Amino acid sequence: MTAAEVEGVEGYRVRARSWIRSNLEPADFTTLEAGLAGELSEAEELAAIDHERRLQRKLFDAGYAGISIDRDYGGQGLSPAHQRAFNEELTGFDYPARLQVPNFSPCAAVLLDFGTEDQKRTHIPAILKGEKLWMQLLSEPSGGSDVAAALTTAVRDGDEWILNGSKIWTTGAWWSDWGLCLARTNWDAPKHRGLTVFIFPLHRDGVDVHRIEMLNGSKEFCQEFLTDVRVPDSDRVGDVDQGWTVGTRWMFHERMLYNSPLITAPPTGRPTQGAVSPVGVARDIGVLDDPRVRDLIGEARMLEMVEGELQERIGTAVRSGRMSDQGAAIARLYHGVSAARARSINFEIAGATGAAWVDDDGSAAGRGIDFLMRQSPCIAGGTTEMARNVISERVLGMPRDRTTDRDLPFREVPRGPAAGADSRS
Amino acid sequence: MTSIFSTVVVTMLLEPTPDQEFLKETTAKFLTSQASVAEIRRLRDDPIGFDRDYWRRGADLGWTSLLVPEALGGGSVSGRGLIDLTLIAHEFGRHAAPGPLVPTNVVAAALAASAVGPSAPSVSTEHSDVIGALLSGRATASWCMEETGGFGRMTTEARRDGQEVVLSGTKRPAESAAQADFLLVTAKTGEGATQVLIPSGTPGVSVRPMQTVDLTRRFAVATFDEVRLPIAAVVGEVGSASEEVEHQLRVAQVILNAETVGAMERAFEMTVEWAFDRYSFGRPLASYQELKHRFADMKTWLESSHAIADASAEAVAAKAPDAGLLISVAKAFIGHYGGELIQDCVQIHGGIGLTFEHDLHLFLRRATLNSSLFGTPADHRQRISTITIAEECAG
Ligand SMILES: Cc1cc2nc3c(=O)[nH]c(=O)nc-3n(C[C@H](O)[C@H](O)[C@H](O)COP(=O)(O)OP(=O)(O)OC[C@H]3O[C@@H](n4cnc5c(N)ncnc54)[C@H](O)[C@@H]3O)c2cc1C
Repeated sequence: MTAAEVEGVEGYRVRARSWIRSNLEPADFTTLEAGLAGELSEAEELAAIDHERRLQRKLFDAGYAGISIDRDYGGQGLSPAHQRAFNEELTGFDYPARLQVPNFSPCAAVLLDFGTEDQKRTHIPAILKGEKLWMQLLSEPSGGSDVAAALTTAVRDGDEWILNGSKIWTTGAWWSDWGLCLARTNWDAPKHRGLTVFIFPLHRDGVDVHRIEMLNGSKEFCQEFLTDVRVPDSDRVGDVDQGWTVGTRWMFHERMLYNSPLITAPPTGRPTQGAVSPVGVARDIGVLDDPRVRDLIGEARMLEMVEGELQERIGTAVRSGRMSDQGAAIARLYHGVSAARARSINFEIAGATGAAWVDDDGSAAGRGIDFLMRQSPCIAGGTTEMARNVISERVLGMPRDRTTDRDLPFREVPRGPAAGADSRS
Repeated sequence: MTSIFSTVVVTMLLEPTPDQEFLKETTAKFLTSQASVAEIRRLRDDPIGFDRDYWRRGADLGWTSLLVPEALGGGSVSGRGLIDLTLIAHEFGRHAAPGPLVPTNVVAAALAASAVGPSAPSVSTEHSDVIGALLSGRATASWCMEETGGFGRMTTEARRDGQEVVLSGTKRPAESAAQADFLLVTAKTGEGATQVLIPSGTPGVSVRPMQTVDLTRRFAVATFDEVRLPIAAVVGEVGSASEEVEHQLRVAQVILNAETVGAMERAFEMTVEWAFDRYSFGRPLASYQELKHRFADMKTWLESSHAIADASAEAVAAKAPDAGLLISVAKAFIGHYGGELIQDCVQIHGGIGLTFEHDLHLFLRRATLNSSLFGTPADHRQRISTITIAEECAG
């Protein structure tokens, strides 16, 4: 496409706005919230996913899927600025919220960075059409922060690899189609030099997906047991034993969160996001005039708006090379801390109704459960402690923590017992 | 071991134009030589708090002219003077520099706004001499706006009496009111606002110097006891200046925020360097995870403050519909986290961080002062809340 054929961002925005207004419903996050709160039956949850798949297809058919993805892979070949304009116009409208993270970023992002031409031509269009949903298989029962210490093992057998091991804490794996998986291919090399990335469908022999109940009753968490899973070498992403090169970018995409140019979602900092509004909580229990409550409402809005501006700043700085990729950890840390604070604020405003409620308490009902789940945004997607390590060591250049495992053959690295179910049982 | 910090720092305004870069650099150089920490300490007991010649030379660098249109002798470098001014203010913060940057700019902008018609720029001569004096740095101004009794409270009154205007009330803290050549007093007239420009020494005006946390900024209680001035002293119209006053407030807040971000940045850099150089238990402080994690938090507050300072400055410069919300968000966030960040810098310095000899307090002083002027973080959270509730209850 020549420069002249690329539509200007503002013209595009106007066109997107009118399409969105006449084709998408107003946003309604009740099923999303109910799903996260563990209040939906399996059938309701699947119906919600199907609805989002159809929404994604609708975006694709109208030419609004993969806005900044190359046309060769089914995208629109436009710029991140076009995607941003579309996202801004999306504020207040229904969109496939569950299909963004990890499906588009990091999964599609990693495929675009490291996938073979064949892999990209096969998988990206299917993601863009909502036909295939992807999951990341990264964390293991033995640890999620130390990603490079993966125990799941792939052994070569001719043109195939045989995978064994277990992955855990994968949200929504039970309704997903494909997984992006980090596995160990060399136990004699130091941990970062013996990893390889593979892709495979989740619903097949040898892949056993178990749902795990979270403390709020949700069963979105899953654990996968891999038993002699055969993966063709053509489904390897990146070079053998070079999985950490892929993994580093993977982690970057994960930290970019909703700032990734592959994400279709209203920008952070707009009041109509899925989160429960503190104004609603205050109104529903009649404390809107309490100056202490107003202080909390002000704080919540402040944190949310600053997050939007921070993401924009970090995104721009990283894209232009003014800041290294590692800078994404700054936005990640902010997000975790402020999202956790938002839950505390809602709980505090709700007063005793936050701890004991009836259904007609409106927005105040259930805020105590959110509080119980408060740390989730500080853990999911790599913990805030990991983000702090990255910022201090990679952005500020402070000395790395002393570790004993960097140069040891991986099989000699000390290990503790694993969390979750025992994968070898 | 040295920090790689300087290679990764992202400056105020992510992508300044070459002209903006030049503006910033010349001020940075000038302040480095003319507003050294020794000079700031020397000014501690100086009743004026800055050197007149320093201020005139600063005016030549553009410190006072950016908010005034060319037709009146001012001019910006990028076409958006307020954004340009944030670059200067940022350097002021990085140096804890002396001089009445906020009041002089706010008053110059207010006079210019009243002198230039909204459509075709036509100079009304009433205040153009004063504008000229402020732009050249020959004179400085004070904006007498705040009062006690809570942010936004206004008891000072201006009433029209024939061809005169009569002012009564007390303003505090009024920056530079005892040093400035002109005072712009904001008062109420019925439900509306009136602004009056008063030359210093006008009968009925008394100015009592205050003590303050900053070493070089000066504040006073300015009392107006039935002060009579010709009607020409009114800036704009009697009783109809509310919108202008609100904009002036936002401009002042933009400048303060940019300055605080500069002070935060400097304190943070000093502390990063300290953490690399200071050893304890045989290794640098920068190697302890507890401290590394606090630096990560501080870096996050710093980048966030940059981000919201820039975004709110853009909104105020453009008089965007969400400017009021954004500027309160910025003032609340920077006011709060500016203090948190620099206090943690003090903590990580240990005992020396509490001494007069160390430079850290220069930046702590500036950030502390700025967080309280024109609305504390708590005041602005109330404002944000009011706007948020109105939005949600309407939509
Ligand atoms: C809602 C949710 C969704 C998730 N979705 C997925 C998913 O789709 N796919 C996937 O693979 N994983 C997923 N995860 C898992 C998540 O990535 C991990 O839980 C996380 O990386 C932490 O790993 P861990 O639970 O094993 O804790 P550990 O790594 O054992 O860490 C335990 C604690 O120790 C801290 N810690 C560990 N090492 C250090 C260190 N060096 N310095 C300082 N502190 C340290 C951690 O920060 C944490 O607080 C999800 C988690 C949540 C909560």
